[in-house]
Amino acid sequence: MKKKWYDYLWILSLTYLILGFFNILFAWLGLLCFFIPLLISAIGGSKAYCNRYCGRGQLLGLLGKRFSRKRDIPKWMKHKAFRYGFLAFFFTMFFLMLWNTYLVFAGARELGQVVTLLWTFKLPWHWAYHGTLFHPGVAQFAFGFYSVMLTSTVLGLITMLLFKPRSWCVYCPMGTMTQLICRARNGKP
Amino acid sequence: MGTAVRKKRTARVDSSSCVACGCCVKVCPKAAIQIVKGVVARVNPETCIGCGKCARECPASVIALEEAVV
Repeated sequence: MKKKWYDYLWILSLTYLILGFFNILFAWLGLLCFFIPLLISAIGGSKAYCNRYCGRGQLLGLLGKRFSRKRDIPKWMKHKAFRYGFLAFFFTMFFLMLWNTYLVFAGARELGQVVTLLWTFKLPWHWAYHGTLFHPGVAQFAFGFYSVMLTSTVLGLITMLLFKPRSWCVYCPMGTMTQLICRARNGKP
Repeated sequence: MGTAVRKKRTARVDSSSCVACGCCVKVCPKAAIQIVKGVVARVNPETCIGCGKCARECPASVIALEEAVV
């Protein structure tokens, strides 16, 4: 099958992750991975983002060709309860991150120059912060958002190794959310 | 005179657990599988040749090959 331009979007995803090591403010670009799929599902009524344009999925697919054990994912991981539960958990953590950003904006808290991996491990990340032209809250959001992106990438890589290359797609919160939007909008096919 | 029974293998999606990621669509050599309305993958049994590529690719492993008498 002939490759199309969108088959190379994994390069953007990889670049995004790398840029975060040099200047954390690039993390803001990750919002595209949130808004584009939501808009495509809400306006277009499809999962074209997952199906075609998701760079992270492509990256996991490519890496998985070599490194994945290619085993079946455990039953509980594809269960709706887990998928919706993970979505809810992800949302909660996301709002907590927004709350922390708000606190910095409000001056109630100092900017934390850390990337929190797997919602637990605080990695020092000061070397990717060179000040901001705006409020420190702008940087706080970048640190928080990059934490979300890195955490989900690490989870994706772990399940890529253990199960099938794109196992992340099974419980990806964006995928679950866009599927819910499509179902609500289009009804049962 | 006995009639020969021909069996054809076709992919079938367990639609209740399909996440509609579209991994299957990418690998199908016959374009016989599609994501319908962003909700579920659906196989066209007319064009499906039962090669099983989609089943192997599916990250949720919800595609199975079934034999049907033609």
